Amino acid sequence: MQSAVIVFPGSNCDRDMAVALETVSGNKPHMVWHGDSELPSGLDLITIPGGFSYGDYLRSGAMASRSNIINSVVEAAQRGVKILGVCNGFQILTEIGLLPGALMRNSNINFICRDAELDVSNCNTIFTSRYTQNTPISVPVAHHDGNFFADANTLDELESRNQVVFRYRNDINGSSRNIAGIINEAGNVLGMMPHPERAIDGKHGGTDGLPLFESLLG
Amino acid sequence: MKVRIFVTLKDGVLDPQGKAIHHALESLDFSGVNDVRAGKLIELDVDASVSRADIEKMCDKLLANTVIENYEIEIADAAQGTMG
Repeated sequence: MQSAVIVFPGSNCDRDMAVALETVSGNKPHMVWHGDSELPSGLDLITIPGGFSYGDYLRSGAMASRSNIINSVVEAAQRGVKILGVCNGFQILTEIGLLPGALMRNSNINFICRDAELDVSNCNTIFTSRYTQNTPISVPVAHHDGNFFADANTLDELESRNQVVFRYRNDINGSSRNIAGIINEAGNVLGMMPHPERAIDGKHGGTDGLPLFESLLG
Repeated sequence: MKVRIFVTLKDGVLDPQGKAIHHALESLDFSGVNDVRAGKLIELDVDASVSRADIEKMCDKLLANTVIENYEIEIADAAQGTMG
């Protein structure tokens, strides 16, 4: 299993992501700088980590989504390479257009940093096969712009195609239909606001993020 | 050539910042404000060779996220010194 973490100026969960990938797969991921124009060959998984790329200038993820490396990421996604975007990574995936919708300012305008209770709404994905349907999980969130928005038609399509993968059990940020994570129609691109890479070691408060990496890398 | 681009949230998209500003105005005892929507103003200085179509492309590709935002382009008339 060859994986990569894309690193932008302002990424701050890139090393957490690398630790999670190495812990579960035994292999160190490639750390890829956003200014590079080519990805290492033979990648099975590309992760876009959390943080505040480019200081959230213009819109969260807007500048990062126009980086040099992004053309290669889009091309890899089209070839079926698995892509995981967490937090700022989710914002970047929507800005690229690999996932629908947008992440807006939290409805209560506060930065939210806490554990969030989630439902895994779809366990039949390559990202979630190790989770058990209808068993709530607890995963940290840390965001200011996590309020998922899409028009009603897009939301209906996401629901009817089972593309809603994670939902908040309670409304914490105003997200449409409590959506915390979605997958693309082809099933190889997942974006989520909660941080599974921060929940892989019991000493840090929980391990409910581990099954995601085990599903991907196991 | 000066160009001003106004980026605003689409109707129906919740604007938490606008709401907070509205509440702040009320707490300062300004009455009669029915609603507040906050947006962005982006000013460009461009060569005369840059067309409106070019600027629309800039908006669609980067300056606005058309999933949630609308934009209006105002191009200054250099001869008149006014915006139009």
